Amino acid sequence: MKKLILLIVLIIGLIGCSAEYDASKSVEFIDTGVDSEAWAMIPAGSFLKGQHAHETLIHYDYEIMITDVTNAQFVRFLNEALADSSIKLDSDTLLVHYNGEPFENGRHEFEFGPGAQRVMNLGEDGSRIYYDGKKFSVVGGFENHPVVMVTWFAANAYAQYYGWRLPTENEWEKAARGDDNRNYPWGNEIHRNQANYISSHTLFDRLFGHYAITTPVGFYNGRTYDGYETLDQKSPYGLYDMAGNVWQWMGDDKHQTHLRYMRGGCQANYEYNLRIWSDNNAGPDHYGINIGFRCVRGDMSHGEHVGHHH
Amino acid sequence: MNWFLKRYQYLFQSTKGLVLMAIAMISLVAAVWGTLSGPMVEWGVRDITVKLTGMELNPLEREGRIILLYHTIAMAVLAIEVYLITSIVKMKKHQQANINALITFGYLITMVFGLWFGYFGHDFVFHGLYLFGLSLIFFAGIQLTVALWPWSKEYRISDNEYAHSKKGTDIERVAFFVMALATLGSAAFGAVSGSYWGNGHETFLAEDIIRVPHKTPIQLAIIGHLHIMLTLIAIAITLIIGRWLDFKGIFHKIAMRLMIVGTIVITLGVWAVVPFEPIAHTIIYCGSVLVMLAALFLVIFGWRKLIHDRLAEQGLEKAGLGKRLAALFHDPLKFGPLWQMVFMNFTVSGVGIFMAIKLDEIFRVWPAREERISLTGHWHILSAIIATIILMYFADICGLKGKVRKWFGWTLIIGSDIAFVSMTIFAMKRLFLSEIHQQQVVSWTMLGADIGLAAVLIILALLLLWRLFDLFKGEGNWSSDLKQPELDVRRTSKFTGEEVTS
Repeated sequence: MKKLILLIVLIIGLIGCSAEYDASKSVEFIDTGVDSEAWAMIPAGSFLKGQHAHETLIHYDYEIMITDVTNAQFVRFLNEALADSSIKLDSDTLLVHYNGEPFENGRHEFEFGPGAQRVMNLGEDGSRIYYDGKKFSVVGGFENHPVVMVTWFAANAYAQYYGWRLPTENEWEKAARGDDNRNYPWGNEIHRNQANYISSHTLFDRLFGHYAITTPVGFYNGRTYDGYETLDQKSPYGLYDMAGNVWQWMGDDKHQTHLRYMRGGCQANYEYNLRIWSDNNAGPDHYGINIGFRCVRGDMSHGEHVGHHH
Repeated sequence: MNWFLKRYQYLFQSTKGLVLMAIAMISLVAAVWGTLSGPMVEWGVRDITVKLTGMELNPLEREGRIILLYHTIAMAVLAIEVYLITSIVKMKKHQQANINALITFGYLITMVFGLWFGYFGHDFVFHGLYLFGLSLIFFAGIQLTVALWPWSKEYRISDNEYAHSKKGTDIERVAFFVMALATLGSAAFGAVSGSYWGNGHETFLAEDIIRVPHKTPIQLAIIGHLHIMLTLIAIAITLIIGRWLDFKGIFHKIAMRLMIVGTIVITLGVWAVVPFEPIAHTIIYCGSVLVMLAALFLVIFGWRKLIHDRLAEQGLEKAGLGKRLAALFHDPLKFGPLWQMVFMNFTVSGVGIFMAIKLDEIFRVWPAREERISLTGHWHILSAIIATIILMYFADICGLKGKVRKWFGWTLIIGSDIAFVSMTIFAMKRLFLSEIHQQQVVSWTMLGADIGLAAVLIILALLLLWRLFDLFKGEGNWSSDLKQPELDVRRTSKFTGEEVTS
């Protein structure tokens, strides 16, 4: 009995002493061979939407980034936007002007009038971006990891700055799924070396250190890194990280809530959150270590896209 | 042949055997299906289960499978409550036999074919049999409600220590009757909505649509159904525990009336959720206050009774705080159910009320997945609290005595409560921790939950193994249980809640 108690105390002690996350620590840069500047063309046409596969039509062609926006890309934006005053620094908070959203007095509706909204907080644990008083930089090794700790306003500002926009849920889902009703972007099954989610941690911990959160964009592409063999996770249109790694902000404004939806699932999730139709949502000023985004470009002038039929 | 027949009679015809069977079936399902989620997936246990059993786990059908799984477990829990009610509430022998036979056949059919349909291919014959099982349970419910009819002359009581009307109608029996009737209506409420499956209704889990501002009537009805069914299961076990502890006196008289009105108000509030959603919550809150007050009166009565009875047993006429507390904690199996009802307020009701008050300010600001953890934690804990209460009654029925009784009781109470507290802290961690700094709290709470649940499961397994081996004995406990198949309902204690030893 005494031995059992001793064993339990030892186990508890080991867990209690487990290492805390260190945001400022650099990691080894890993080149995945995937170009984060590349875009994929998604042709107009129908796709099977959601868990129950409703045929849905998008009337126009559009392009979508093949990876999430990286820390390096976001730092480039911050330096350019701060220089031309598109964003401003207020103490430790980066702000951007937002035109606001019509308030409809919904039951749990958030109110966002015109005014300055948060892009991100500087120096906050979890961000891989730092500011030295003159320019923004990325913590070493995280250049090609997806940017995190950014609000929806930040994602929207980034996209608009370059003349792009955030994807609607339909655009994102069609890009992830192609024209069949698969469960995951690459097919119907998931393996722990195919995406960054809760089951894959033990495998990449040794590459990025304990409590590393993100993997570089396009990491799961069939390559072997230091003996760690990955499976290719490309979507039918060649997109990476459409399941796992970080949730991705969507562009749709939900009436009577103004919640912003996210897609894709993240490293902290069980596999069911990585299914193509799974979603998450939060207020547009929310940010977190598991939330990033990617952009789309293309003409939506036919109005929104949906010729929705069952 | 006689060997089998006698054990068959014990397992399928005696209340004690029926309860044992249902608990064993739930344990079996929990043991196998519990390997399909959570850390079991990361540890690779799920893959072994799938390989060994040939389960088909298409990610597309996860929600449907889960709905089938918890319906099958819930039906067995309902069966246990029905067995207890038919034994402790007066009714005709043939009524008890019919009800028990129907619900036993019903839950077994539901369990076997529901799981078969959900996890081993989708043969719709099995789906039909699953629905057939549910129908049998509903029919058993009708018979139970008829048997509980409280206004028959033969069920009138005159003992003034128990709640009764001027004409002698047993108010506690009315409370059982109202609960049973409300359960029937609420089951139908879900069944009608469920019947639209494949005909305009698409499978969903309630926690996945919490932030959809405008839900369809079917979605509202199903959300209402799952809430009211769990509530009524909780009300039923509260009434059952009250009878087990011989609830009487002034607290009984007040509590039973509160329980009846509360049950009616909550049920009507939930049924009103489809046409009158904005005010339905207010109605439900009002009913909940009444029901929770009734439970509070039971707790006050029960604890005072435990102290009284133990001090009387010790022959003490006067006792200080220490001895009174020792008396209260003397029998964990009788202290436990009431404690779990109190403890529920810290981990379920209190948290729920706090979430409701701070919804827009705090919880809606969190990502939906965080709010979802709180919600699923909320009803998992409530369900598990009900399960522990049932297990304590079951352990008492099994005749656990002496040190074994104390070890079992305290392990169940402490183990489960450590798990519940851990899960509550886990679910609420975002109130005081950012994601980046949560790892140690996550590790600690997960460890607490795992240790607590493991302790509960181990002692439950030991209890069931003991009962299993007992079946192979010629004159085991099962044999004496068969001779006394009904539960011991005592109406002998002199304690009425009004006298206090000091």
